[in-house]
Amino acid sequence: MARIAGIDIPKQKRGVIALTYIFGIGKSRAKEILEKAKVSEDTKVSDWNDDEIGRIREAVGSYTIEGELRSETQLSIKRLMDIGCYRGIRHRSGLPLRGQRTKNNSRTRKGKRKTVANKKKATK
Amino acid sequence: MARSLKKGPYVHYSLEKKIQQGASSGKKTVIKTWSRASMITPDFVGFTIAVHNGRQFVPVYITENMVGHKLGEFSPTRSFRGHAGAKNKGKK
Repeated sequence: MARIAGIDIPKQKRGVIALTYIFGIGKSRAKEILEKAKVSEDTKVSDWNDDEIGRIREAVGSYTIEGELRSETQLSIKRLMDIGCYRGIRHRSGLPLRGQRTKNNSRTRKGKRKTVANKKKATK
Repeated sequence: MARSLKKGPYVHYSLEKKIQQGASSGKKTVIKTWSRASMITPDFVGFTIAVHNGRQFVPVYITENMVGHKLGEFSPTRSFRGHAGAKNKGKK
């Protein structure tokens, strides 16, 4: 069992890939971490020995990850909303922030389609 | 693309002048401006600036958190009042 950064236990995967299961660590950071810890990218998590795990933990510790990172992003969003700037307003109304079109698409921000009943179809 | 650091933040010259005047005289009166592209610098904090949105001047009180944003971000140019159907739904 490899427990790094709290709850993440990716096993049976290559080191680089397994580390990306941690929120806040992508492939490039995973590479950096393994390089710093002097562990090969290709060794499976189950093959790491305690010494290596210790070094990896240390390297991971230098980044803000998981809950801390989540609350950090939440705070910066909250800041935008509190100062009432354009991006904050868009966050509040759940619309895209960066000038994308909203006539159609942008479903990621707007969520599932809400069909309007009795909407007129082009008058003759 | 971000603005070159060499140039420093953009503030319209007349707005900058008014801010300096207001700061030196100690009176923080409302400053009207059309310059929505001006960046808010730390000197602006505490001022109320009326930013034009194309129709009227929207008063914006500058706090410390706003430094680094542009004035136009605080003065929306569009006002979406909701769709015709949505209003009826809310009443029922």
